[in-house]
Amino acid sequence: MKSNGHPVMAARLEVERGDGDALLLKVEGDLTNTTVPELWRQSEAMIIGGTSSSVAVDASGVGRIDGAGMAWLLKVGCRATCSGGRLEVRGLAPAYEKLLERYDLSHYRTVKMIPPKSLPLPEQVGRVTAHLWQDLQTHIGFVGEMTESLIRAVLNPRSIRWRDLLLAAERTGADAVPIVALICALVGLVLAFQSAMAMRPYGAEIYVANLVTIAMLRELGPLMTAIILAGRSGAAFAAEIGTMKVNDEVAALTTMGLRPVPFLAVPRMLGMVLTIPFLAMVGNVAGILGGAVMFLTLDYPMAAYFKQVLLAAEPRHLISGLIKSVFFGITIAGVGCMRGLETERGPSAVGLSATRAVVTAILLTVILDAIFGTVFYFIGF
Amino acid sequence: MDAPNPIVIEVDRLSAGYGETVILENLTFDVKRGEVFVILGTSGCGKTTLLRNMIGLEQPLGGRVLIGGGDVVEAEGEDRRQLLRRFGVMFQNGALFGSLSLLENVRLPLEEFTELGPEAIDLIARMKLQLVGLHGAEERLPSELSGGMQKRGAIARAMALDPEILFLDEPSAGLDPVTSAGLDELILELSGSLGVTFVVVTHELPSIFAIASRVIMLERERRGILAEGTPAGLRDAPPDDKVRQFFRREANP
Repeated sequence: MKSNGHPVMAARLEVERGDGDALLLKVEGDLTNTTVPELWRQSEAMIIGGTSSSVAVDASGVGRIDGAGMAWLLKVGCRATCSGGRLEVRGLAPAYEKLLERYDLSHYRTVKMIPPKSLPLPEQVGRVTAHLWQDLQTHIGFVGEMTESLIRAVLNPRSIRWRDLLLAAERTGADAVPIVALICALVGLVLAFQSAMAMRPYGAEIYVANLVTIAMLRELGPLMTAIILAGRSGAAFAAEIGTMKVNDEVAALTTMGLRPVPFLAVPRMLGMVLTIPFLAMVGNVAGILGGAVMFLTLDYPMAAYFKQVLLAAEPRHLISGLIKSVFFGITIAGVGCMRGLETERGPSAVGLSATRAVVTAILLTVILDAIFGTVFYFIGF
Repeated sequence: MDAPNPIVIEVDRLSAGYGETVILENLTFDVKRGEVFVILGTSGCGKTTLLRNMIGLEQPLGGRVLIGGGDVVEAEGEDRRQLLRRFGVMFQNGALFGSLSLLENVRLPLEEFTELGPEAIDLIARMKLQLVGLHGAEERLPSELSGGMQKRGAIARAMALDPEILFLDEPSAGLDPVTSAGLDELILELSGSLGVTFVVVTHELPSIFAIASRVIMLERERRGILAEGTPAGLRDAPPDDKVRQFFRREANP
């Protein structure tokens, strides 16, 4: 057996009963973390069960002792002092004796593993409610500050940090073009296949073009783009700002007299809002082209598909979709920055903020989409 | 105990850096058992880089590092595990696992590498924490601790398995003088009585004078060792102006 490169002598334990109920433990060998486990089990079985007024350990035959060995001595000691007795260690090398003195026996007498606290139900409900209420307050506060900062920024464009804005625009916009195009093309393709199946019995396959066009422009282009951006950029905003918060960078900004919201959130929000309509357009085009791929399998000429697309693509469909996408962008960027700024201390906090950002952003986007859908339907837009 | 002061760490013509940037060139020195070996130098001279190379975290650009005769870079499998068991490391920022309480941080290596029962592990972990003066903070998370406490917790974790070598990266930076002196005392005791070898990166002068048995001073321009010796020797007879400046806390002219 080897530990830390030294050969290890196995530990041996002998127990002798002295006068009355006194115990004498004779240990030999090395007391290291490779030998102590066995020793611990032995001594547990032999002595821990009994009661005795004094315990003496004869350690004259002991070689090396490490932390585990010290712990064993302490354990024996605790037991002895617990029952009012005394611990006596004989024959310990002076170096180890000095080290043993460093440990205060009284600290360890009541070593108990603290069970995790569990709260009664009413308290839990109360805490959750209080927490939700606080959350709501900070959210309202954030929305207010964000609005104010945005208005200021628009009124005074020179105060905007353009470099950050362009960087955010590049990261959320340009860098996302391939993924948005790919996903929307596939969505368009699938949509075309599904609807073709439904329309075939009526011989109305040509109207697949109308369906794909309107669905993409009004609904799926903006929505899919928003969901992709929530996962990509919303999470990135929360993680970036969250890391800054954890590293006290946000505190540094505040002490310099720079407010975190205008400084960090406004450029990101504007970068997102300026690019998301273009991404939605990319999504629309890709979706319609995806539909066209399906059309290759039918007996219609390609020209017929695109003619139908142009007929279906009324400006109001496009505009209603783009209006939605702008609001989606505001939501996603706002949620991402807010979750980032809410980040608490600790290493898992950043991950938590990013997760929350994505979940909240997708949830709000879909709710917003439902509201827009209903409103547009009733006003006939 | 073994023969007097065998060499435990051998650094052989080590060159280190990141990518194209060479920070250290052709370093050769060794550390003997039971020594408190201090690496010092001005900021940015490669102290931490040297440490990271010595513990095998970075691939050296050239040369090699032997710990107890085993190459820290080349070793693989079981050899590597054995080698890693021989030393403990305290990183500059503590690097405590944030999702675990202080006690759980110290328990972790004991749980993973020993056969000890939970009660024994608990006791050992508490003892290690008491050694570094953290009694009473066992159940707290690293994020709830001050920087100095995190550092001491990291030292306790590095000591959990009682390795024969401890690498400490700036252990006393950010500690109050009392705690820092207590830590120095602990280092001296562990190295003196138990033969634990310490490799310490620091620039706290009082601490250097208190603990170091030998120091090397690195210099950025030279990309290597500027001076080597005992701290008192270097202070009283500095071989170089920069060494004198360092030990007498003089600003650049």
